[in-house]
Amino acid sequence: MAAKSRTANRITETRGDKRLNITLLVVLGAFSVSVLYPLIYVMSASLSETSAVTSGEVWLFPIGFSTNAYTAVFESPLLFRSILNSLFYAGMVIAIGTFATMAGGYALSRRDLPGRNLLTFAFMITMLFSGGMIPTYLVVRDLGLLNTVWSMILPGAVSVWQLIISRAFFSQTIPHELLESAKMDGASDFTFFFKVVLPLSVPVIAVNMLLYGVTTWNAFFNGLIYLTDEELYPLQLAMRNILVQNTFDPAKMAGVDPTKIAEMQAIAGKLKYALIVIASIPPLLAYPFVQKHFVKGMMIGSVKG
Amino acid sequence: MTQMLNTNDGTASTDSAHKGGAASESTIRSNRPVPLLKRMARSWQLYVLLLPSLIWLVVFAYLPMYGLQIAFREFNPMQGIIDSPWVGLAQFERFFESNNFVPLLWNTIALALYELIAGFPIPIVLALALNALRQKYLSRSVQLITYAPNFLSVVVVVGILMMILDPQIGVVHQVLGALGIDAPQFLTDPGWFRHVFVWSGIWQTAGFSAIMYLAALSSVPPELHEAAKVDGASLFRRMVHIDLPSIMPIAVILLILSVGNILNTGFEKVLLLQNPLNLTVSQVIDTYVYEVGLKSPIPQFSYATAIGLFKSIVGLILLLAVNFFANKTTKSGLF
Repeated sequence: MAAKSRTANRITETRGDKRLNITLLVVLGAFSVSVLYPLIYVMSASLSETSAVTSGEVWLFPIGFSTNAYTAVFESPLLFRSILNSLFYAGMVIAIGTFATMAGGYALSRRDLPGRNLLTFAFMITMLFSGGMIPTYLVVRDLGLLNTVWSMILPGAVSVWQLIISRAFFSQTIPHELLESAKMDGASDFTFFFKVVLPLSVPVIAVNMLLYGVTTWNAFFNGLIYLTDEELYPLQLAMRNILVQNTFDPAKMAGVDPTKIAEMQAIAGKLKYALIVIASIPPLLAYPFVQKHFVKGMMIGSVKG
Repeated sequence: MTQMLNTNDGTASTDSAHKGGAASESTIRSNRPVPLLKRMARSWQLYVLLLPSLIWLVVFAYLPMYGLQIAFREFNPMQGIIDSPWVGLAQFERFFESNNFVPLLWNTIALALYELIAGFPIPIVLALALNALRQKYLSRSVQLITYAPNFLSVVVVVGILMMILDPQIGVVHQVLGALGIDAPQFLTDPGWFRHVFVWSGIWQTAGFSAIMYLAALSSVPPELHEAAKVDGASLFRRMVHIDLPSIMPIAVILLILSVGNILNTGFEKVLLLQNPLNLTVSQVIDTYVYEVGLKSPIPQFSYATAIGLFKSIVGLILLLAVNFFANKTTKSGLF
C-alpha cells in the first residue's frame, strides 16, 4: 500500500491513503461494535420478558418489555441494602480521600516544606513495594476494623498515585508569586489553601472525586476478606455471590413473603442482568461529566510523573 | 535553593513584622540559613494539611510493611508479631520445596506474559489509528465508546462473560451452534482460561490505555507531517516514521511499569474466573496466598506472607532489570 502511493507525488490524498483510511474505519468500527455489543445485550436482556431471556431468544434488542427484574432487586432487602452500603462507602471515601489528597498533595507541592523530598519519597516507595495481602489484613484486624464499615472505607481512603498526580497539578498551576502576595496580605497557609488553592483546583478535585468514587463503588475484594456480616456487604460482593458463586437463595433475598420468593425464583436468571446494569450505571454516568478534566489531569500526571 | 530560602525567609519576616514587630532587624538582614526546626515550626500549617494522608500512609502502608517480618517467623496470633519465634527462611524453603511452587510460578508468569505481549501493542495501534483517522468526529465517538468498559468493575466484566459464554443460553454458543461449530466450554476448559482472561482484559482496558499515547501524538508538530507529505510520504509511512517514534518514550515508561506489575496481573479477576475445573491453570501466586492465608479454616499467615513477599521481590527485580535495560538502550527509563 505504501509503495504504491509513492508514485502519486501529490499533497492531495492518494489512493493508498484513501484505502488505509477505509481500513482504519473498518477496524475501529469493529472494535467499537465488540465493545458496545455486550453492554447492549445485557441491557436488553434485563428489560426483556422473562421467558424470552430463559429461552435465549434475546440477542440484541429487548423481546417484549418488563422491568420486573429491577423491581425485584429493589424489593429484595439484602440487595437493596448492599446498594445503599456501596453508596455510603463511596461517599465516605470521596469525602475523606479527596480532602486528604488535596491537602496532602498541596503540602507536598510547596517547595518550602521542610523535608519535602523525604516525605514525597516515603509516599512514592509504596507504589513499588507494599506489605501485601496478609500483613494488611492483620493491621485491619488488629485495629478492630473487621466487620465494621470502616474496613470498607479507611484502607482505600488515600491513593498514593492520585496524591502524586495532585501534587504535580499544584506545582504546575499555583505560581509561587501568588503565595508570596497572599502572604504579604497576611494570609496563613490555611487561608491560602482554602481560599486560593482549592477554588483554582476544580479540575483536579473532580478527577479525584471520580476516581475515589469509581474505585470504591467497584471494589469487592475488601468486602470479601474483611466482612462476614451480609448486612454490610457492598453491592459488588453481593453481586459476586449471585453471579459468580451462583449462591442465589430467593428466601434470603426476598425476605419472608412467600409470593415474593416464588417471584424471585422465576426471574433468578434475569436478575443477574439487572444487577449488572445497576452496578454499571453510576460509573458510566459519572465519567463523561469529568472526562475533559480527566484527560487534562492524566496529562499533567504523565508529564511530571 | 539558598536564594529561595532567603526570599521565603524575607516574606515570613515581613509578615511577622507587620503583625507585631517582634522579629529584630538583624534576622531579616542576616544571610544565615534558618535552622530546620524553626522552618518546620513556621510551616506547621502545611504539616497539618499533610497529616491525614500521612496517618493513612503510616497505618495502611508502613505498618503492613513492618508486619512483613512474620514471613520470617512462625506467627502465632496469641503471641502477636513480636513474640512469635523467628524461623529464618524456613517458610520460603517450604514454599520452594512444595509441589505447588513450579506450577504456581509458571501459571503466574504465563498469564502475565500473555497479557503483556497481547495487551501492550494493541493500545498503541488503537491510538495510531484514532489519530490518523480523517473523520475526527468518528475518532472521538470511538474513543468515547472504547473508554467506557474501563469504568466497569471486575465483577461486572466477569458477570458479562459468564452470561455471554454460558453453554446453555449464552449468545456465543448460539451463534457458533447456528454456524455448526461445536463451541468449547470457555469457562471451565483449562485450555481456554488464559484466552478468556487476557482478551476480556483487552476488551476492558485497551481504549482507555490509548489515552496516554493519544496525548503524546497530539504534541507531534504538524509541520513534520506537512513536510513529509510534500516529500510524497503516504499516510502509512507517516504513521510508521513520524507518529510511532514520537510515542516511543511514553511506551517505554508504560512498558516498564507494566513489567514491574507483571506478577500482580488482575488478581481479583483471576479469583472470580477461577473454578475447580480450571484450577490447574488459574491458580496463581496471589490466589494461592489468599487460599492458604485467609480462606482456609486454619489460616497460615506466615507461610502466605512469605509467598507474597517472594512475589513482590521477583516483581521488584523485574522492574529494576527492565528499567536498567531501557536506560541502556533507549535512554528513557523510569528512574
